[in-house]
Amino acid sequence: MAIKQRTKSLKARNSELADTFVQLNVLNGKDRVDEKFPSFNKKVADLGFVPFQPTKMEIFQMNVGKMCNQTCAHCHVDAGPDRKEIMTKETMEQCLEVLAKGDFHTVDLTGGAPEMNPHFRWFVEECSKLGLQIIDRCNLTIIVANKKYHDLPEFFAKHKVQVVSSLPYFSASRTDKQRGDGVFEDSIKALKMLNAVGYGVANSGLELNLVYNPTGAFLPGNQASLEQEFKRQLQRKYDIVFNQLYAITNLPISRFLEYLLDSGNYEDYMEKLVNAFNPATVQSVMCRNTISVGWDGFLYDCDFNQMLDLKVAAPKSQHISDFDAKALNDRTIILNQHCYGCTAGAGSSCGGEVV
Amino acid sequence: MSEKTYFNPEDLKKFGNISEFQPEMAKKFFAWYGEVFKEGALTEREKALIALAVAHSEQCPYCIDAYSTACLEKGADEEQMMEAVHVAAAIKSGAALVNSTQMMNHVKKLTM
Ligand code: SF4
Ligand code: SF4
Repeated sequence: MAIKQRTKSLKARNSELADTFVQLNVLNGKDRVDEKFPSFNKKVADLGFVPFQPTKMEIFQMNVGKMCNQTCAHCHVDAGPDRKEIMTKETMEQCLEVLAKGDFHTVDLTGGAPEMNPHFRWFVEECSKLGLQIIDRCNLTIIVANKKYHDLPEFFAKHKVQVVSSLPYFSASRTDKQRGDGVFEDSIKALKMLNAVGYGVANSGLELNLVYNPTGAFLPGNQASLEQEFKRQLQRKYDIVFNQLYAITNLPISRFLEYLLDSGNYEDYMEKLVNAFNPATVQSVMCRNTISVGWDGFLYDCDFNQMLDLKVAAPKSQHISDFDAKALNDRTIILNQHCYGCTAGAGSSCGGEVV
Repeated sequence: MSEKTYFNPEDLKKFGNISEFQPEMAKKFFAWYGEVFKEGALTEREKALIALAVAHSEQCPYCIDAYSTACLEKGADEEQMMEAVHVAAAIKSGAALVNSTQMMNHVKKLTM
């Protein structure tokens, strides 16, 4: 079934929020920081993290393009079929040079739909030769979107790629509201294809992890309890198995920010995030061991800072062509009000809860 | 200016302030309350659904707001939430109706 998108990218709609400056203004507007919501920077400084720096870079996350076959309502990338920004082979080669030095154990591929990048398979093969743990953030539906993607499960299995896939709920209504009509049905088909080659099956060595993010202006509940319920329901209804569920909080940026503003939920949502601030999560937020590479080779503290166009504070190493591990490990991480999304409750990262 | 009503959703955030007038009892209440909603023989989600149902039969708007959010957070969906409210409604109406046996007994006693 073809997916029926419920929205278009901010960029395609010429929304003023497509401008990251406008987004930052919403988050940092004078009437909002300190007056209503305490400054995140100050919160972290009060805990003694001055300056806030990486522990050690271990995960190399690459956003290989904003192109996607879906246009989810909450997308922090503002991805969609209309987005043409795609990482070139040249930039990927520069990434491989850095990865070959052996400082990173994991390469984490995200997008958009990373598999739509024409050099995706070549790049995975090269990373596989380097012996890296490869993660693909696969939106599932891409596997069934076109014949040329139908063999992705076999390809992933061959290179022992860890597949991390979004499935906001184990029923169609919630999933499709967030991700587009028909997404749930296609996701179930794709999950069955992944299971068929061994993904998510005990002792297969092929890891399939699902991502849960709330389908609205509320925070994710306890990860272990949600995982249990997802496992029970997916097994019962569809005979689908998976390894872990990552509960991820929606950060108030890009299309999710638009949703919050349009639905009148922005202030309440920020208040929820601020009230749920958990000091114990600060030392484990993902920017401390991850570096994020944009489609055009620029470097960021994380995928969220990337989407806000906040480049790393390492003037001599802001692009993959100038990659300097020491300068990057010594940098100060750029924090902002959106970071409250990473420290609420049990915390949130690309691998789910952090404490 | 918004119209003044007895129920103000913002007051839910002040629930903790009940300790202002009686700290000791409030402290005990909140400790017990927290314990009640922890995962136990029942899951947190099941407890939130029960709370949502009771909130409706008690007709407490604060609790309805609080446990609608809690149910969503704990992974319940709209169908489960509405079924929980139907359970509350069924018990509430059943409780009214089952008492009609009393009425019938009485009527039968008094009439020929
Ligand atoms: S959330 Fe993922 S699948 Fe959805 S539009 Fe964004 S990149 Fe694509
Ligand atoms: S949003 Fe990025 S920079 Fe901020 S705390 Fe989260 S990972 Fe770190």
